[in-house]
Amino acid sequence: MKALNLFRQDRKTLYKVVPRILQYMFLSVMVLLILVPIVILIFGSLKTRGEMYSRPYISPIPPYWDNYTKILSSHSFWVFLFNSIIVTLTVTVAVLFICGLAAFVFARLNFRGRDVLFNILTLGLMFPITIAILPVYLFVRQLGLTNSLLGVIIVQTAFQVSGNVMIMRNFFASIPFELQDAAYIDGCTPFTFFRLILLPLARPALSAVAALTMVVSWNDLLVPLVLIDKEELWTLPLGTMQFQGQYGTDLALVAAFVTLSAIPAVIFYLFAERQLIAGLTAGALKE
Amino acid sequence: MEKAIGSRKENLRGLSQRALLALNVVLFLFPAFTLFMAFVVYPVFQSLYYSMFDWKGFGPAVDFVGLGNYQRILTDRAFMKALGNALLIVLLSLGVQLPLSLAMALMVGRNLPGRTFFRTILFMPYVFSEVITAIMWMGLYNPDPDRGLLNALLVTFGLKPQAWLGDPNQVIGCIFVVLSWKYFGFHMLLYIAGLQNIPQEIEEAALIDGATRRQLITYITLPLLWGTIRTSIYLSVLGALQQFGIIWVMTKGGPVNASDVMATYMYRYSFVRFQLGYGSAVALVMLLISLLFSVAYLRLIRQQDYLSGRY
Repeated sequence: MKALNLFRQDRKTLYKVVPRILQYMFLSVMVLLILVPIVILIFGSLKTRGEMYSRPYISPIPPYWDNYTKILSSHSFWVFLFNSIIVTLTVTVAVLFICGLAAFVFARLNFRGRDVLFNILTLGLMFPITIAILPVYLFVRQLGLTNSLLGVIIVQTAFQVSGNVMIMRNFFASIPFELQDAAYIDGCTPFTFFRLILLPLARPALSAVAALTMVVSWNDLLVPLVLIDKEELWTLPLGTMQFQGQYGTDLALVAAFVTLSAIPAVIFYLFAERQLIAGLTAGALKE
Repeated sequence: MEKAIGSRKENLRGLSQRALLALNVVLFLFPAFTLFMAFVVYPVFQSLYYSMFDWKGFGPAVDFVGLGNYQRILTDRAFMKALGNALLIVLLSLGVQLPLSLAMALMVGRNLPGRTFFRTILFMPYVFSEVITAIMWMGLYNPDPDRGLLNALLVTFGLKPQAWLGDPNQVIGCIFVVLSWKYFGFHMLLYIAGLQNIPQEIEEAALIDGATRRQLITYITLPLLWGTIRTSIYLSVLGALQQFGIIWVMTKGGPVNASDVMATYMYRYSFVRFQLGYGSAVALVMLLISLLFSVAYLRLIRQQDYLSGRY
């Protein structure tokens, strides 16, 4: 009897343990599939051109650092990096400011026509930049803003408005209204309430929106590709694409360039993963 | 008398407060609406105008062709090929990518030890730009077995090396693998977030009542996750219809239009061949297709909610 019980228990743990092991095995395979392309790229970047052609996917021992020094000592990589930083930071600040103000109005003030205006703005979710790029290009050209970072910044910001107003409105709406009443009784104007009370409380939402905006802006290829010809104004994705086109035969050098241009994104991800995920899920699951 | 004065004062105060409110509303909304109207809405209407001209992009558009550009789109086999490819990617995403993401989310679940590690790694490709992703994979797809990992593996196992991106029959499949690599983590993340909103008590109750794990998933978890699933379907379809970056970097729509999608087709006509009137018409057709899908899908969902009493 006792033996049977033991056996039963064993079977029970077996039922629990075996699926777990399978689960981990499957997940590990997926992790491997994700990591292999990245590792191969890094391996390639540490090889000489000759090694790249003879044994490109074997570990690069000893590592050959010249590809990196070549790129880091070239002027253009730093220019692309600088342009990307300028664009991303400006777009992020502008999105936070512009969308924050609008979201505040939609979440917190009562006025006639509010819902109509909000619905108009959210229609923008139906006009993604990929589809609108030609119309937008024509308009930007009329304004004479092609071949300037300002043009890229404005367009990227404009296409971030709809989604982020929506995310921020939802968050602002969730802050208790008693707080607002109390502030108004104490003599706050709507703007001081916004600045002194709402914004500090909304910091998690703001950082989520900021993280999301940064990734979208940083990775954007289409807008700079269409608006910018001059090499000294290329952003990192555009510069990377052109570098690949130009030095496509030197696979090791291209691999090093791509690795370098991926580093800022990876660092950012490791620090802001939580905020990014919060922004993405808030943006997608808004209802 | 005194009362009358008081209410008049109040009225005045109310008026000035209303004016203040109106001022605030206008000021706060001004930047967002200006940008939105000028750079999102206005250009689309302008395109509607240009789409009726044969226009190379310089000088005023004078060569009026009416709906000729639209007619040309509908009879162009390259556009139909691009549309077909887009639909193929949509189908593959819905049939392969989303179920995979869902399975991963269920596995990573809520309380698997080490779930943060798995989530971090599996979601990581999302932060790489499409350019980086594309170049990374071009290396793997290199047809020369001495350079590309995939063919090297095939040769090691005694199989014939493939042309991958150079083969018109394989190229869409290859691109779909890259798209899945980059984006399945995003959908997995949505499902994980959706799972977290399901109260655990319900599942525990089902388990106590003797439900097996499979029953638990099919009868409890999946129905409760339906809201998230339909969002992810929506985003996945729209994303597939707008795909541009990865394909443009990897193949530019080639070989011979084999991997064209609507966006690469539109880009080629607009910015390589500079047929801006025709390009405008293509952009509007794309917009129309996305809009039709959005409206139809949202209506369908609403109907479903209504029928099931959820609405």
